[in-house]
Amino acid sequence: MLANSSEASTMSSNGLKPAAPDLGSVTASLPKRAGVGLKPEHFQEILANRLDIGFFEIHAENYMVPGGPFHHYLTRICERYPLSIHGVGLSIGVDAPLNVQHLNALQTLLQRYQPHAFSEHLAWSSHGGTFLNDLLPLPYNTTTLQRVCDHIDQVQSHLGRRMLLENPATYVEFLASTWDEGAYLTEVVRRTGCGLLLDVNNVHVSSVNHGRDAHATIRSMPLSQVGEIHLAGFAQQLDANGDQLLIDSHGAPVAQAVWDLYAFTLKLTGPKPTLLERDNDIPAWPVLLAEASVAQRQLMTLCEAGQPHISAVTVEVTE
Amino acid sequence: MNSQTSFATPLLDPEQPCPSGLTTWNHSDPAVRYGVYRNNVVVSLIDALADTYPVVQQLVGEVFFRAMAKVFALVNPPLSAVMAYYGQGFANFIASFEPAASVPYLSDVARLEMARVLAYHAADVPPLANATLQQALTDAHQLMHLRIGLHPSVQVLASPYAVVSLWTVHQSDAALAAVNPDVPQSVLVFRHALEVNTLKLAPGAVIFIHMLLSGQPLMAAANQAILQDSAFDLSSTLALLLRWQLITHLTMGEKNHEHAH
Repeated sequence: MLANSSEASTMSSNGLKPAAPDLGSVTASLPKRAGVGLKPEHFQEILANRLDIGFFEIHAENYMVPGGPFHHYLTRICERYPLSIHGVGLSIGVDAPLNVQHLNALQTLLQRYQPHAFSEHLAWSSHGGTFLNDLLPLPYNTTTLQRVCDHIDQVQSHLGRRMLLENPATYVEFLASTWDEGAYLTEVVRRTGCGLLLDVNNVHVSSVNHGRDAHATIRSMPLSQVGEIHLAGFAQQLDANGDQLLIDSHGAPVAQAVWDLYAFTLKLTGPKPTLLERDNDIPAWPVLLAEASVAQRQLMTLCEAGQPHISAVTVEVTE
Repeated sequence: MNSQTSFATPLLDPEQPCPSGLTTWNHSDPAVRYGVYRNNVVVSLIDALADTYPVVQQLVGEVFFRAMAKVFALVNPPLSAVMAYYGQGFANFIASFEPAASVPYLSDVARLEMARVLAYHAADVPPLANATLQQALTDAHQLMHLRIGLHPSVQVLASPYAVVSLWTVHQSDAALAAVNPDVPQSVLVFRHALEVNTLKLAPGAVIFIHMLLSGQPLMAAANQAILQDSAFDLSSTLALLLRWQLITHLTMGEKNHEHAH
């Protein structure tokens, strides 16, 4: 029995409407519940305790290995929980052709595990045959827009499925940018038909880093096409002026400001599958679980209130 | 130079200045902010090496290890997004890294640690049925030309140093002082079920397995092993391979006559 079955029926009995008519194909099976990033440290505990978790998410590249324990445990976890596969190495924003070998490896992985969602980043991470192992920023202009859309078209046709694109956390901006991020992502989604993986922590981090209003940034995103939400913790340092510079570290608990922004976001989007990301300083399993349950409570509160979601367009009109 | 080249190049070259074309909302120097990317890239590569080479790090200490890993990473960034295999050239790098010369066994310990990573993620291939195997081994006519295929996780390493003892002592709080590093050791690394095993073997056994891995017929491999280690024992080595279910296929003669699993 899938861990989410009772929750799914609860939500449907509350009569919640899907966020948008054409969103069904993305989120039909990833439940609108809290999920947790799957870490090898927790494999055995997850299987031993049959916990009530909405879904698990893996980084695709970690499982691009022929065999062994990673596949052994993922196969078993996949039998019990919905799965989201999140790529970190496709380099969709690269100013060169996509790596077809990497695309093929993704295809093999997706065929093997049939995940409920597949996502990647609005970023680049490779250059001239070198993999830089970080999500690097790109200017938002018509040239990069066309390239990103071409790459997403290629990915979606190669993989035969819709993907979700994640908004990045950034530390610099480009003189060559002519679009703001929300408008850029809205246009990418419109042209390619991909969905949005709305990383609320990234919105907070980038808003602080670039002196923007986080709520306005959320409202500028293509909210009707959100297929999943990410939450994570950040680190803090100062820039050359002594102003706050937030680093998307995935190494700390979710900050209160991000929880608040999440609540604000959910009121606009309705409940969405929400992932707790933790990739560094990974705490004991019960600690992660407790954090995921905070997100789960917010989702449940929204469900129990039976609150109809407000579309992004409606919000802009009423404000 | 296009914009991604100018953004990417200084990430791995500390001598290069911050790229142009960057801006900040508060007119602060973008170099500090660009430094976050520089740091992310280099630290993530060092961390990846530290994950793969924990015993190397324990042997030289964290500060030395991270400094050495940084020198390696700046010159040898990953060529693939699959980070599990990053740093396969690290052992060779260590062997020629002057400041580590006082720890001569360090590079072989690195070789052992990478072999364990490769074994951990190697393909899952079922062992050959014992009956099939025993039938082939008892047929003297076939034996001459028999080729033994081993599980993809199987690797061997022959070191002039006590690599297994050095590695083993770091899996617990045992005292390093008790290990004499200047004892040659031959090692078999493989995965059985979900566990990676590191076994110290006689030199002949490791030569034999090495010959099998390079595609030599069983008898040729055994002859080579005896030549180099007069104490080599074929039957006990085969028994070891059987016990750990490491024989995955058999081939007869020049042509492929594969037995089914």
